Amino acid sequence: MEILKNLKYSKTHEWVRVEEGIAYVGITDFAQHALGDIVYVELPEVDSEIAKGDEISNIESVKAASPIFSPVSGTIVKVNEDLEDDAELINHKPYDAYIFAVELSNPEEIEELMDADQYEEFCETEGSH
Amino acid sequence: MHPYIPHTSEEVKSMLSDIGVSSIDELFADIPESIKLKRHLNIHDPMSEFEVYKELKSLSEKNKTAVSFLGAGCYDHIIPVAVQHIISRSEFYTSYTPYQAEISQGTLQSIFEFQSLICELTGLDVSNASLYDGHTAASEASVMALNSVKKSDTILISEYLHPFTKQVLKTYFLGLDIFVVEVKGKDGKIDIDDLKSKISENVAGLIVQTPNFLGILEDLSEISKILKENKKVLIVSANPLSLSIFKNSKEWNADIAIGDLQPFGIPQYFGGPSAGYIAAKEDYLRKMPGRIVGQTIDKEGKRGFVLTLQAREQHIKRERATSNICSNQALMALASTVYISIMGKSGLKEIAKRSISASHYFESELTKIKAGKILHDQPYFNEFTFVFNKDAKSVLSELKKQGIFGGILLEPILGEKYKNAVLIATTEKRTKEEIDQYVKIVGGIL
Amino acid sequence: MTKLLSEISKNQRVGYILPKTDIPQLSIESIYHKNILAESDRQIPELSEVDVIRHFTELSKKNFGVDLGFYPLGSCTMKYNPKINEETAKFDGFLNIHPLQDESTIQGILELQYKLLKSLSEITGMKWGTLQPFAGAHGEFVGMKLFKAYFNAKGEKRTKLLVPDSAHGTNPASAHIAGFEVVEIKSDENGLVSIDEVKKHVGSDLAGLMLTNPNTLGLFEKNIIEIAKIVHDAGGLLYYDGANFNAILGKVRPGDMNFDVVHLNLHKTFSTPHGGGGPGSGPIMVNEKLIPFLPVPDIVFENNSYMLSYNKPQSIGRVSGFYGNIAVMVRAYTYILTMGQKGLNEVSEKAVLNANYLRVKLSKLIKIAYDTICKHEFVLTGKEIKEKYGVSTLDIAKRMLDYGVHPPTIYFPLIVPEALMIEPTETESKETLDYFVSIIESIIKDINENPEILHNAPNNTPIKRLDEVKAAKEPKLKW
Repeated sequence: MEILKNLKYSKTHEWVRVEEGIAYVGITDFAQHALGDIVYVELPEVDSEIAKGDEISNIESVKAASPIFSPVSGTIVKVNEDLEDDAELINHKPYDAYIFAVELSNPEEIEELMDADQYEEFCETEGSH
Repeated sequence: MHPYIPHTSEEVKSMLSDIGVSSIDELFADIPESIKLKRHLNIHDPMSEFEVYKELKSLSEKNKTAVSFLGAGCYDHIIPVAVQHIISRSEFYTSYTPYQAEISQGTLQSIFEFQSLICELTGLDVSNASLYDGHTAASEASVMALNSVKKSDTILISEYLHPFTKQVLKTYFLGLDIFVVEVKGKDGKIDIDDLKSKISENVAGLIVQTPNFLGILEDLSEISKILKENKKVLIVSANPLSLSIFKNSKEWNADIAIGDLQPFGIPQYFGGPSAGYIAAKEDYLRKMPGRIVGQTIDKEGKRGFVLTLQAREQHIKRERATSNICSNQALMALASTVYISIMGKSGLKEIAKRSISASHYFESELTKIKAGKILHDQPYFNEFTFVFNKDAKSVLSELKKQGIFGGILLEPILGEKYKNAVLIATTEKRTKEEIDQYVKIVGGIL
Repeated sequence: MTKLLSEISKNQRVGYILPKTDIPQLSIESIYHKNILAESDRQIPELSEVDVIRHFTELSKKNFGVDLGFYPLGSCTMKYNPKINEETAKFDGFLNIHPLQDESTIQGILELQYKLLKSLSEITGMKWGTLQPFAGAHGEFVGMKLFKAYFNAKGEKRTKLLVPDSAHGTNPASAHIAGFEVVEIKSDENGLVSIDEVKKHVGSDLAGLMLTNPNTLGLFEKNIIEIAKIVHDAGGLLYYDGANFNAILGKVRPGDMNFDVVHLNLHKTFSTPHGGGGPGSGPIMVNEKLIPFLPVPDIVFENNSYMLSYNKPQSIGRVSGFYGNIAVMVRAYTYILTMGQKGLNEVSEKAVLNANYLRVKLSKLIKIAYDTICKHEFVLTGKEIKEKYGVSTLDIAKRMLDYGVHPPTIYFPLIVPEALMIEPTETESKETLDYFVSIIESIIKDINENPEILHNAPNNTPIKRLDEVKAAKEPKLKW
């Protein structure tokens, strides 16, 4: 399982990369693995206002469906339209395939997320039961 | 020993010993004594097949059949014998939901064909393996609409929607903050002005039935335009038999089509089992309830069919699912598929035309003898609402005496406005002789 | 590969001839304005009767049903479907009656429903019920609406509904769509509902608990009385999911376990066929407290005649267009008459005997999730096999197809990894069970010696393993 050092992570297995005040959000390698072959991603609407913890998207594989919770608050400024035709990009390159990007309204929220080491530990305890 | 339970006492003994217990009772030892049933169920003794046959036969004979002009969503159509023949094949009826695709291609392909036929008839893009009936289909379609229109909490329904559909909807949303609001009718059709006045931000969409409960065919052009302008969902409920002759959901630019398949090869059976159909524009695919079958290929590249898009369903989404449907009416959907196949393109059209000719002949004959008049002077399909000059209840009871179920008395269902109004249905099965006889009896008591 | 109906269609072929008619035939265009007429012909296949019969007969040969062999699909109770049921269900007096006929002309079908409700009341230990729900999930939904109506009448706002993590997926889904907030209760180390977990959620917002007993692991919830007391003391109600009722028929009744609302699956316990996915029937049975809220119409017997009664001011209303799946009720009633008290009692005994026999034999071959006496079904876990040999439960199931049996339910309940949920039912003989054991033995041998055979399975079916990812990614849902 791959965990990138420079990203932040949520307990619901989303990753966050912040570039110039914009947070890019996707799901982790751990999450894509648990889901299996991803066949569909429901993309949120650009310009919608979201709060941390909101369920804003859904990912479907053949045998599972998983909600995506936003790890941050703000306004959605971009969605990854490549996923409309190629949802499996998330399986192939989970950390490249962001799902949506958020202009942060509360940048401090980033600090509340886990770093790579904490997330690795979190996954180990999650997987052990 | 019992014909359906094959264990000999020797086998029971050896099985118990393999399990490592000494009696069957021990296998129930985990049930606390305090709640165990310590007596026999108060049910009669077992009966032989021969006795059961006689008992059920005599029960069935306590029901009476007659020349029937009853409709309201359940009709006395001809059913080709091939339909019963196919659905009686136990490879079909003793199987369950096709979880194991490799040994369920029969069910899967027939559902795929069913979906295709429903899409063809309604003109829409996607359908499913069936719903319980046309009435519950309205609830499922409403949920799709509510989930598609942001911040909506209201479903509009036409006054002339089947009253039982309305009641089922009301129960469905009981105790939820969802509102079902009726759009008034005018002369047997939706009142456009009332519709306009009721469209608001909270409205998800409108359910309209055509032919409606009174048998009248609605022109949805204006209604459809109003809904589209306001970005609302148009749900059209239709007798599938009407779709070969009249505009379908695609031609009305509706989003979701629903209805009941009973007219297509399903016996009346006191109202059930029938099957509901639902179809929608492609945008609604992931909001569709129920099982959906898709085409794919096997390892060797051969065409095959599987249950697909299951991530929508209750067994995966659990408390996040928007529909809880699991078992549907698959065998009845198969009956309809066989029926449509047997009747074919020209057959379906011909049956609809004959029903129309019969209803129009009937209405004109009744009018001719001045038995009363049609309630609303509007185009109708295989059913019309006729207001008798005389007490309609006594008219129907006289007809019944002479072996005719003359129609459905509307006042008890729809209220005082419908005094002496009777909903009369005709199908291709009704002959001129039967209609003439009806008219003659009515003439005799005027 | 069987061609599609659209592929065998030939212009102008007909499959049926309508009777002659003397009614003057009108032209459509003369009656209706073209505004409402179809803009084009519907492309419906044109076939001869021979085409149609050959087509569907060929398809039927690609289907597996109970009549063809062992079908141990857990929680589905795929027992034998008696043939007498099919005959009685076809009597003209049932088949050709209209739901809105005058009551004097439908006394037989009302009597049948009334007596069926009476029998089911006795069998479940409940007071009365409704036969209207079309399926188990529909019954659950109706049950949840009864909860709502009951609390409304008491002026209470209770929102929280407890559902064990081992529950059928329909339970949380039904509770949710009926407007409850679902709280998942974790099972304890014995696979049972934990009393402590239930206690945690007790409060004035507790609406109740949905429970299957025996549960989906095939284990009897022996603390049921205590659980019921906790929920009732908190003012909540108990719902019994009757999917697994076959296990306890005549032994213990939901009413005696203090459940308030019960659904049964006539297509499981009462032998009616599953029809490739339906129609089923999911009657709801209730105790005294819930009777006022039952759907309309009710069936009553007064002055020597049976009637449909709408006189129920507190009713939740109508739940199905007419009265439910009547043909399924006729079959179930036929079954109850056939079996009688003695036969019904034997059903649960032999169902449990068969399950335990298989449990003991199979747990030597594949690890069992909870190794204790089970009721009608039990659950194996393929976790170790998957880890050790890379063979998944799906592979094992697919290999069973090569041996001519239907695989068990797989990957359910969700709390058991790589689950195989096996329910043999009472109608299977010892030889069938032994044959199934021998199949698993061969499969285990293959896993050890030649796991490839499992990855490639099935090999003997009309079609090989299908690409489900493709189906979901590029949905092709019609021809």
